Formats: sequence, C-alpha cells, structure tokens
Amino acid sequence: MRHDGSHYMRSIFLKKTILSGNEAIARGFIEAGGKIAAAYPGTPSTEVLETLSQVEGIHAEWSVNEKVALEVAIGGALSGVRSLACMKHVGVNVAADPLMTVAYTGINAGLVLMAADDPGMFSSQNEQDTRHFARLGKIPCLEPADSAESKQYIKAAFELSESFDTPVILRTTTRISHCKSVVTLDAAESPAGRGLARDFGKYVMLPSNAKKRHVFVEDRLVRLKAWAETSALNQVIDGDKEIGFITSGISYQYVREAFPNASVLKLGISFPLSEKLIRRFSASVKKLAVVEELDPFLEEQIKAMGIAVHLGKNLLPSCGEFSQRLVREKISSSPLPMKEPVSGLLLRPPTFCPGCSHRGLFTVLAKLKLYVSGDIGCYTLGALPPFSAMHTCICMGASISAAHGMAKGLALQGVKQKPVAVIGDSTFLHSGITGLVNMVYNGGDAIVIIMNNDTTGMTGGQEHAGTGRSAKGTAAPRLDIAKLCQAVGAKRVREIDSYKIKDLEKIMKEELADEGPSVLISNQPCVLRYRISKKAFAVERKTCVGCKACLKAGCIALSFTPEGKTGHVEIDPLLCNGCGVCAQLCTTGSMKTM
Amino acid sequence: MFDLPAIRGSPRPMILGHLFRGVNVNVFNILISGVGGQGVLLTSKIIAEAALLQGLDVKQSEVHGMAQRGGSVLSQVRFGEKVFSPIVSEGEADLLIGFEPLETARYLHYLKDDGAVIYNTRPIGTIGVSIAAEKYPADIEDIIKSRVKTILPFDGTQLAVSAGDKRTLNLVMLGAALRFLPLKESIIIDAIVNTVPKKVLEINQKAFAAGKARVS
Repeated sequence: MRHDGSHYMRSIFLKKTILSGNEAIARGFIEAGGKIAAAYPGTPSTEVLETLSQVEGIHAEWSVNEKVALEVAIGGALSGVRSLACMKHVGVNVAADPLMTVAYTGINAGLVLMAADDPGMFSSQNEQDTRHFARLGKIPCLEPADSAESKQYIKAAFELSESFDTPVILRTTTRISHCKSVVTLDAAESPAGRGLARDFGKYVMLPSNAKKRHVFVEDRLVRLKAWAETSALNQVIDGDKEIGFITSGISYQYVREAFPNASVLKLGISFPLSEKLIRRFSASVKKLAVVEELDPFLEEQIKAMGIAVHLGKNLLPSCGEFSQRLVREKISSSPLPMKEPVSGLLLRPPTFCPGCSHRGLFTVLAKLKLYVSGDIGCYTLGALPPFSAMHTCICMGASISAAHGMAKGLALQGVKQKPVAVIGDSTFLHSGITGLVNMVYNGGDAIVIIMNNDTTGMTGGQEHAGTGRSAKGTAAPRLDIAKLCQAVGAKRVREIDSYKIKDLEKIMKEELADEGPSVLISNQPCVLRYRISKKAFAVERKTCVGCKACLKAGCIALSFTPEGKTGHVEIDPLLCNGCGVCAQLCTTGSMKTM
Repeated sequence: MFDLPAIRGSPRPMILGHLFRGVNVNVFNILISGVGGQGVLLTSKIIAEAALLQGLDVKQSEVHGMAQRGGSVLSQVRFGEKVFSPIVSEGEADLLIGFEPLETARYLHYLKDDGAVIYNTRPIGTIGVSIAAEKYPADIEDIIKSRVKTILPFDGTQLAVSAGDKRTLNLVMLGAALRFLPLKESIIIDAIVNTVPKKVLEINQKAFAAGKARVS
C-alpha cells in the first residue's frame, strides 16, 4: 500500500492522533530535530522513511541498500546533525559492517539505527532477532511497546546516543511497526548543528586508533549498564507477587492483558540489562517469568546472572509471534477452551496481481522447465503453483551469484544445464550488481533476467536509483540498467517484453544455446504502482473448448466452469487487467478484449 | 554518570504501581477479513479513528507486504477505556466483518460465543480455484450459519458497483456494520471525512449510506 501521508499532515493540526509505530518513529525523529534519514524499503520498516520523505527540512532518501543507508546516516552524524537509518531485520546483516565499527568511532551528533524484526514472518525470509547485534556491537538497544513509546524512545535514543557517544539500535517488531495506537504530539526541538567532526584518533579506524577505541567501547558499556539501572525506560509495575514477569516490546502488552494484576518489569532497554534492578525485582516475586518473542535474549543473560528463571523458553516458543492467549496458556500451563477453526478451507496464498508483468515470464520459465535461481521481491511468488518456477531464494542479490556458483558446479559434474537468475530492478541495484560483475569476471555462464518494473514492488512501490525520482518525488538522475550491464562486460544484453510469451520463449532458447553470461531486461512498469488499467478480456463461450491451457497463466481473474460437455473458462471483468497472457495461451483464439 | 531527562516527567526508576489496575479493560474486538486489494485496511482505519474521536483508547493491527498480493488479509481493531494488546486472540472477537465468504469462514473461531458476523456474499476464487486445481467450496454459507447466531450476509460488491466503484466495498461494509458498532453514527461519519481522501469522499459516503440502508 502506498503511504499517502494524510495522517502526518493531519497530525500537524491535532494533538492526539492514531499513528502506526513507524509513523510515530518518524514523528519522534521530527520532534528530536533529526535532519538526515536514509533507508532501504523492507517490510515492516518501510513507512518510517516514507513518512519522513514528506517533511520539509529533512533529507530523507531511499539509499541503494542498507549498508549504504547506515553509512549515509553515519556521515550525517559526523557532519553534526541527528541522523537515522531504517531497515528490516535482514537489512541489518547488510549494514553490519559499518555498524560494528561505528560502534568504535562513536558519533558526533546522534545516530540511531531503527531495525524492524518480523516474528511470524509475515513478509520475510527468516525470523532472526536483531537484539543480538546490540550485544555484538556493545551498543544499546531500546524496545518500544506501542506507538506512543515509539515516538518517545527514538527521542530518548538520540539523547542516549549523544550522552554516551554511541550508535543506538531502536528495535521494533511487526506488531509495533504496523499496529496503530494513540499518540500525543509534542513540539519539535531544534538542536544546534554540531559541525563537522575532526578527530584522527576517534574517526580513523587504523589499528593503532581502533585499539584505543576498543578500550573506550568496553568502558562505555560499563557506564551504559550503570545508566540502565536508573533509567525511566525500564519500568516496574507493582502487582501480585506470585509470578513476576520480565518482558519487553510487544510481549509486554500480551503479558499485561493475560495477567493484568501481576508484577511486571518492563525493559525498555533490552541491552545492556539493568542487573541490580533485575535482581531486586526477581527477589520480590515467588516465581520469575521471562516473556520474549524469538530468541531467549533476555532470559539467557538473566540466567547468566545466576538468577533462576522458572517460566521462559521452557514453555514459550522461539518460533512465530505471541498473543495474549498464547502467553496466558503457556505460562499457566493450561490450555484454554478453543473453538476449532473450520477445517479443510482452501488456502489463499498471495499471487501475482492481474496484469502483472511477471506472469508472462514465469509462464515461459515453467514451460521450459528451467532451473531458476531466485531473489527477493514480488517475483518470488513465481516459486508457487501453478508456475513452481523458482528453485532457490536466499537473500537480496543472491540470485546472480548463486546462479554463477550453480553453473560452475553443474559443469564440474558434467551436467549440461544453464541456470537462470531472476531478479528485480531494485534488488539488482541493491546487491545484484556485484554478483553480475563477479559472474562476468570469473567466466560465468548463466542467464540473468532483470525484471525491471520501475519500482520497489513488494514493499508497496518505492522509488530507487533507476526510477528517475527521489524519495521525495522530485526528478533524479535515472540509472540505465542495460548500459550498466554492458559496462560491466556482460556478453549480450537484450531487452525483452515479458508479456509476449512466444517471443520470450524464442529468446530464452537462443540464450540457452549460446555461451553466457547474458542479461535479459524486461521494462514493463508495475501495474499496481502506476495504476495501470487495461481493457478486460472476455471468453467466447461458443469457441472455448475447456482445454484449460490458459489456466497456466495462474491468474485469479480466470476460473473454470465444468458445465456442459467440456466445461469452459470465464474471466472476471472486475479482476482482469487485460495483460493478454492467457489469450496467448488459448488454443482456440476464444479470448478477446471486450 | 550520564543520565537522560526523565521520561514522562517521573522519578527513576518509574514505578507505575496500580496505574492500570482496576481500570476497565473490557474492550470491543473487531476482525475485518478479506482478500488483498479489497480495501480492508481503510475500514479498520475509519473505525479506529471513530473510537479515538469518541474518547476511547484504540489499537489497530494490520499486515503489509507479501500478504497483500491477493492473499488472505486480516485487520484487527480493539477499543475501550484501556487497550494493551493490538491483536485479537481466538474466542475474543465481538464482530467479524468479512469482505469475502471464504475469508469470513477462516476466522470464525476467533468469535466469542455471542459474536456477530456480517459478510459480503460475493466469492473471490483462490489461485488454486483459478487453475482448476481446487474447487471453491459450495457450503460456505451453511458453515457460517451452523456456527454463528447473528449473521448478516449480503452482496456488498453489488452495492459498491451500484454506488459507482467496486473499490467502495469497504465503505459499504462499514455502513452495514454500523448497527453492531458501539460507536456513535455521527462520529463515524466524522471519521470518514477525516480519513477518506477528499476527491473520492462523495462516492464513499454514498457507498456507506447504501451499506447502512441494506441492513436497516
């Protein structure tokens, strides 16, 4: 969904409003006087930068990837203004290199990395827990529990960053980032710019300097621990002493709802832990429960203090997200009565939109039974039936480098099969380019298909370096993907039209026969992002023979009606977007535009 | 030692004590289900806005990203004096607003014993149905009937198309849900004005009225 910013615009006039956690973080950044915000889109983090892109006086940009985004924010902080980088959990892996060393250099003006985890994997390829990065980098991690806290905590994070000369991780989860709750707005501060940082020993991480900075990092961690003991970001709710709960983030809400009268220690600071506070709290209750989604990050550290945790990951799962019901059931070890879900219901997995440019390509890839090395984006849906035409999907940019490794591995085994990499435009610019350079340099032989739909599709249609527009919607230089591929030395770079399946099949066969590496680029815009509406097709009942050939297009606008001798296909005129892929598969020419 | 200014202006460490204890934590729970692209999120946004305007605490939950590409979509709204969790657990929902029959049936076990269901009877096939690998179940209406006492089925898509645009289904459903919502109608109407973009406000108000007229 495209963010329309209406909430933000309205919020200027209303003190109390409903914001998602992401919108609240954006608002907090504005109130903290933040100036530089850089991000790469990734569910559930995307809306922070989308909201900020509409604000005057803030430089908000879609960076090429998360590493670049963090480095831009580091530069912003070193230049003297409060700076923010936003990404989803797996983006932190990409940004880990600068993160681990900016932990040493420290900051000049405040620096915050907002990372959104996705327990339950609503739109992610793994379920990793970002809090480990805080421990790895020995930097603080704050976890808000609703939108009001999201706004408050990012402001606290900037103060913390500047007080302790450290980057700070603000960690959310899907239910914090995407849930909406009531926020009271405050006036924006305007901290004075600090000016450009010049300090050889602090900002140039040569080994001789880094050795000294490592000592600083260890000392800073000791001071952060002392600060955490008395910070108001950690809160005690004094209640019944039978079970005391230590929890953070969204889990706090589930605990409060499941056990409204219990004593709770809510940790707004999930790293470093406030050991004395935790000791006092656990001594005050009969049994101690630690409730956290994903990894036992708090629990293991609490156990390492020698404190007994009676109820924790021995009862609660490490996979998936929690709910108030799950917490109530698991902690009390008694299943609640539950109505059975209706059994045997058809699943409704996501699928290509009607009119999507990916449909034609995957129809052909499925027909030719090619081995497809996939990537992260809408086109990953090509892995699902009826196409089942994607065979790996690991991480952003992996399609090309993995296809290269596959081609080499197959050749060494004497197997004649050319793998095909499929990658989108935004993902290619994110981290596919390096894979292509590598493949060309190392004598690779695979087909690379770049599905350029002129947007970052899966996350709702954000701009990137190839769209010709900035995050703010202003004109920007437009990167030419074909020229770039030629420049890195790909043997053949050809344009394809992914809607024309016969031509596409012919080109694929030519490329399979020839020596690679070759790059095929489809330049068909995203129908959702650009609101493209084409005339619907209809089926001529007289000539349709019910052969079902068109159903291979895998489109929800199509349906088969088993009436009469052969049955026939129908097209829902409200859903059809006139791409014509099904009509090209039709054996009797029965599909025509209305 | 460095320290931060007090958050919420309280001494540190903050003891909230009995701040929320004894508060009425009864909340009204709504599930809104449908298919990605049907506009489920706008309906929940308007209800949440109305709850806020009525002076209540409110939380709303939704899912973005991959699920939206024609997949099953669920949005949740909870309001009351004080709301903790933003999600509705199984057996907690007071009202289920279904934009599509199959997606209504999928969440029936989230209803309370006396929970109500209103739903759009116009089916949307799954991708499995479209490729003739599966059949859309013929008995969805019976399943819903067998499990729920208070049901309101109607062809919301038809009403939306009549109002001028199939995309106004979300306002049709909201209009039909009106009599089940413990919120003032005038406030919901204000919430619509606050939430719906100006240029499509009129057609959406028409759709809302059509939904309301269908059930009264």
